[in-house]
Amino acid sequence: MGTVLELHGITKSFPGVLANDHINLSLEEGEIHALLGENGAGKTTLMNILYGLYKPDEGEILIRGEKVDIHGPNDAIARGIGMVHQHFMLVPVMTVTENVMLGVEPTRNGIFLDKAKVAKHIREISEQYGLEVDPDSYIGELPVGIQQRVEIIKVLYREANILILDEPTAVLTPQEVEGLFKILQTLIEKGKSIIFITHKLKEVMAVADRITVLRAGRTVGTVSPKEVNPEKLAAMMVGREVNLVVRKKPAQPKEAALEIKDLYVRDERKNMVVNGISFEVRKGEVLGIAGVQGNGQTELVYALTGLLPLESGEIRLLGRPVYHTSPRTIIERGVAHVPEDRLKHGLVLSFPLHDNLVLCNYYLPPFAKGISLQQTVIINNAEKLIKQFDVRTPNVYVNASTLSGGNQQKLIVAREFSRPIKLLIASQPTRGLDVGSIEYIHNRIIEKRDEGTAVLVVSSELDEIIALSDRIAVIYRGQIMEIVDAAKTSKEYLGLLMAGIQPSEAAKAAAKTKKETEVERVF
Amino acid sequence: MTEDKDKKDVKKTEKAVEKHGSPWVDNLLMPALAVFTGLVVGGIIVIISDDTAIEAWRHFFSAPGTALKASWDAVITAYSALFGGALGNPKTIIAGFQTYFSTGDTTALLKSIYPFTESLVLATPYIFAGLAVALGFRCGLFNIGAEGQFFMGALGSAYIGYSITGLPWFIHLPLALLGGAAAGAIWGAIPGYLKARFGAHEVVNTIMMNWIAFRLSDWLLTGPMKASGFRPVTPSVEATAELPRFFPDPLRFNWGFPLALLFAFLVYWFLFKTTLGFEIRAVGANPDAAKYSGMSVVRNFVLVMTLSGALAGLAGSAQVLGTDHWVGQGFSAGYGFDSIALALLGKSHPLGVVLAALLFGILRGGATNMQSVARIPIDLISVIQGMVIIFIAAPDIIRWLYRLRIGRTEQTVLTRGWGK
Repeated sequence: MGTVLELHGITKSFPGVLANDHINLSLEEGEIHALLGENGAGKTTLMNILYGLYKPDEGEILIRGEKVDIHGPNDAIARGIGMVHQHFMLVPVMTVTENVMLGVEPTRNGIFLDKAKVAKHIREISEQYGLEVDPDSYIGELPVGIQQRVEIIKVLYREANILILDEPTAVLTPQEVEGLFKILQTLIEKGKSIIFITHKLKEVMAVADRITVLRAGRTVGTVSPKEVNPEKLAAMMVGREVNLVVRKKPAQPKEAALEIKDLYVRDERKNMVVNGISFEVRKGEVLGIAGVQGNGQTELVYALTGLLPLESGEIRLLGRPVYHTSPRTIIERGVAHVPEDRLKHGLVLSFPLHDNLVLCNYYLPPFAKGISLQQTVIINNAEKLIKQFDVRTPNVYVNASTLSGGNQQKLIVAREFSRPIKLLIASQPTRGLDVGSIEYIHNRIIEKRDEGTAVLVVSSELDEIIALSDRIAVIYRGQIMEIVDAAKTSKEYLGLLMAGIQPSEAAKAAAKTKKETEVERVF
Repeated sequence: MTEDKDKKDVKKTEKAVEKHGSPWVDNLLMPALAVFTGLVVGGIIVIISDDTAIEAWRHFFSAPGTALKASWDAVITAYSALFGGALGNPKTIIAGFQTYFSTGDTTALLKSIYPFTESLVLATPYIFAGLAVALGFRCGLFNIGAEGQFFMGALGSAYIGYSITGLPWFIHLPLALLGGAAAGAIWGAIPGYLKARFGAHEVVNTIMMNWIAFRLSDWLLTGPMKASGFRPVTPSVEATAELPRFFPDPLRFNWGFPLALLFAFLVYWFLFKTTLGFEIRAVGANPDAAKYSGMSVVRNFVLVMTLSGALAGLAGSAQVLGTDHWVGQGFSAGYGFDSIALALLGKSHPLGVVLAALLFGILRGGATNMQSVARIPIDLISVIQGMVIIFIAAPDIIRWLYRLRIGRTEQTVLTRGWGK
């Protein structure tokens, strides 16, 4: 075994930001090396340098001891570096074979595509690395976990020895994550080396041989998972002690604030994506909706907030029906909505912070008198809120686009939480945020619950759902699989429900997996 | 340690602000450089089309000085004719004032300020129509229909202006203006409604509305609205409907110009100081966020297209009631279309629009003089305007030419794709 890849003193600055500041990293043959850091710590920049997308200002890259200059992705691939992107680069209407050969199409007689040859090669790769996939199936019909396998096969087909996986678990169910980890083990056994980029501590602990932590563009250190625990890693990432567990008292649920009966909703392409959902959220409790992305949660929330019409069924909000009700009416009844996509719905990026903070109530006193906006009141309101919600910004006049993701999210939270609200709908409230901001937003949500607000949290992060919820509803293909008491359930069980396994079978399987996991740990 | 991170975050944001460029650079320096560069390119074209200069360039290697001098002379002659024709000759103006103060005779003074007032007269419809297009841009709508709305406004004002008689001016004039605004508003509201209700793209529909307006005006001018006589023109409007002129003939400078400035201020106040303007800007900058916050995107589309049409209609009104007093075929000199360019140059801000309109007025005002004195075709003006727009639309060219290392602010979204 030797060192396959070394990065020495890699430095890269963008106008106004030092993204990478003398970063060192070495990758041994046959190891899984985790690159851990908050958003904006410089992980992606570093990998883009390695993949030849950026040119470093300083520093050198050594592959098997030889200094190299990488001029672009093709160059990187030629040197055996392969990247599996967070967002898959696949064409849904093409087959697995066609996707794999895209860009390196082999031909017969120089004219005809030789798909058979590629398909054969794919089968060989599948067999060798335990990456089961049918070369003739269409990408669009495959589940996300399998699509990811295709991405890995694509990289292996190009004969990569060094695999970079950028946040590979973000889109997977817990079971699919397990599957991925098994594949990674096979890969390293066959001599491949892997760089695994993530900000999830538990995964790192489970799978990595070594962990390099980045913070604000600098290497904090390289450690082995044996020497550290999640708390210590979090502290390394954030630069201070972090409370990983949300501390909360037992819920004091009162009357229902939101009742949903047999709800059906179509998405914008007119597909029925919410198929008969019923549940209620009571004041003073947090109901979490767990589920893999794309199972109707987005449209469910849109229907609740007036952004999509209902197909059929009933929504009662604080005792009054919601039917063709405008978003404004729903907001005025006391609903706050932290939207899933903060850039699309949550903010007007080209507006200053003070305007973003009154986006929902600019037309009400004291922010407006008649049609005249009260600029001073709006600015004072902003000054107060950025202090109260710890939004880090030089002043309230800068545009929302200048804030980091975490601060943008805090800005939305500040706006939504500062109104008198009775129901809070938070969709993916901490997606893409760093540990520090997650901790902050979670505490604020629990605070709202304790004030007697009904809270609906939708998240594809199971850990987040478990941390926040008093009850958990698992959604699969637009239906609720089961609603469980958060205190009396396990991650394994929820994961199986998320994958569409019926509750009775899931309970058996969960018990079994639990034993297996224990055995593995002992081993 | 937390405090340390705080400071770092704040610094990061400050740097991001720097990177994003100050509004000053983006809103003033860039347009100014675009205009300057446009004039430089115009100058090069003057040189190329000047026989003396070209002849001198043939002998560049034997006499480089001659070539450069000939070029310089050609450009100076052209531009001094242009700006002299647009702004007047300072010496004559001073002399005019001196005569006025010593003898009380205004003839020389009026003659000397004629070119400048004429540029302002030309700028007046530009301001109105520019505001119309700029208002649309602010809401993410591309109103290409200003030209048609201009025609409708002109016809509406003309009709009220000549058909009603016997009213005092303080009723007749506002009524005529209102008629023009209403006609333009209807012409704008139709594509606005079609977009809101059926998702029909406003670009297509405003273009179609232009053609309807052109042909409709052809018919009206040769039929129902034709004055007695052979020419396809409307009768002159009653004196009570005219926007009063400040000076005796031939100076056409009238109340239309101050009225345009007043509307520029009103549009500014409306866009930036009222809840309605807040909504319009939010819809323009991010319609999804606007909808999420409870604003009605489609209602704003209709509102803005109606107001935009009314402003473009007022451009036509000001032209009829203040300057021409009647409408003839080919009545607009492309004001509606130029106003698109002008709104871009003015960064869709009312003040920018006023400045850009003054520039366009000056260029148009001096063009005739340039043609007669320097024998440069009027079309050079179109070339300069075209170049300015290219530089505004592709600011990277300017950044590259002047080695500006300042980042860009977010591009204003001018219009969106099909549907919705």
